[in-house]
Amino acid sequence: MYSSRAELLTRTFGGGYGQCLRRAFRHSRNGRNHRAFRRIAAVCRQSRQYGDLRGLRLRDIAGSLGLHQAAVVQYLRPEIPGFILGSFVAALMTGEFRARAGSAPATRFFLGMCAMAGALVFLGCPWRAFLRLAGGDGNALFGVAGLAVGVFIGTRFFKGGFSLGRAQGQSWSAGVMIALAALVLLAARFFLSPDPVAGTLGWLMASVKGPGAAHAPLFISLAGGLLIGVLAQRSRFCTMGALRDLFLFKQTHLLSGVLAFLVVAFAANLVLGQFKPGFTGQPIAHTDGLWNFLGMVASGLAFALAGGCPGRQLILAGEGDGDSAVFVLGMLVAAGLAHTMGWASSPAGLGPNGMAATLVALGFCLLVGVMNLKKA
Amino acid sequence: MAEITKIVDARGLSCPQPVLIASDEMAALETGRIEVLTDCGASPENVGRAAKAAGWRLVSSSEDKGTVRLVLEKP
Repeated sequence: MYSSRAELLTRTFGGGYGQCLRRAFRHSRNGRNHRAFRRIAAVCRQSRQYGDLRGLRLRDIAGSLGLHQAAVVQYLRPEIPGFILGSFVAALMTGEFRARAGSAPATRFFLGMCAMAGALVFLGCPWRAFLRLAGGDGNALFGVAGLAVGVFIGTRFFKGGFSLGRAQGQSWSAGVMIALAALVLLAARFFLSPDPVAGTLGWLMASVKGPGAAHAPLFISLAGGLLIGVLAQRSRFCTMGALRDLFLFKQTHLLSGVLAFLVVAFAANLVLGQFKPGFTGQPIAHTDGLWNFLGMVASGLAFALAGGCPGRQLILAGEGDGDSAVFVLGMLVAAGLAHTMGWASSPAGLGPNGMAATLVALGFCLLVGVMNLKKA
Repeated sequence: MAEITKIVDARGLSCPQPVLIASDEMAALETGRIEVLTDCGASPENVGRAAKAAGWRLVSSSEDKGTVRLVLEKP
């Protein structure tokens, strides 16, 4: 099934994997984001697991590290380290790598936690919200609407002079910390031996059933992660930025990239027979519209205040931004806590403390917004 | 070369702040020459776009040690 799908994609989108990478890279360099993202979506679809993106992957990594004990969502996903390293390498090669940090790191840590809390109530980061929509999941409409509202609130704060302060240049070593962590995670993935019976990977956990056990082969995941990392770094793809620039500047160039991503994912789903419109029975989703909406309002606001969706934060962290690195660590910690403290939803519905977590996250983000308004 | 009317130092600030500050200055000055300093990767393009939308012209763009210096002008 896997190879036939890859074959079909090759026919649909033309070219092999390597050619796909080269073309996509060329298009993104030329600023033709929509073409680049056609390629990205092709690769996304090649690995079915790309249906669940950054937020959920971090959740699985948090599980793998033992930060939570939800046995079905523990897996050291190589896509995330690959994604970070892709950005790191692209930034190094283009001279855009710059070690910097110091813009309210602790605030960003908690914003990262809020973003993850909201995302796990909805069950997906913005990338996944769009992919869920493209797969016909009606619940994602509430999530995308929530994201837009959250980002819109964020833009109002920026209009009012919101700022988390200036970052300063740091030593080179300070900028490579997250890339180094990514390498260590990959090393663990390669050198520790999995035990499918015990559900472990050396010292780490690895799901034997559930979403954590469903994953693409290691090298495909890693190559996919690296490729998307390079493309996202070059194109500055950001789902939050797309909405923010629309609200703030009436600019649509980032939005066109996101819309192209949506259209292509939609087309790929149609071609592959994966488009299943409806609200119930959608993969890794629940049908509580209000909390799908509010979860993403909290996330969207947190992303806006911190300056990027999870994908963009990972990319920035790879480029040497220590503040984004702290945001990512906040997301990782929250991904662990969300399961041990019952914030995270499941296909059965909200977690026992999901509503409270959403409201606390939303309240915290609003507080951060109000407290950092600087205009006289 | 005309005098710089205003310097916007947006170093250390991430998008969208450099664009917002530059836009505010463009709106306040109406005409003149603004120098914008930024070290955020996406900002030079975004400031350029905002300037164009506000009827300003991007006169020059130069980079030194990661800091991009943009000069915007509206006669």
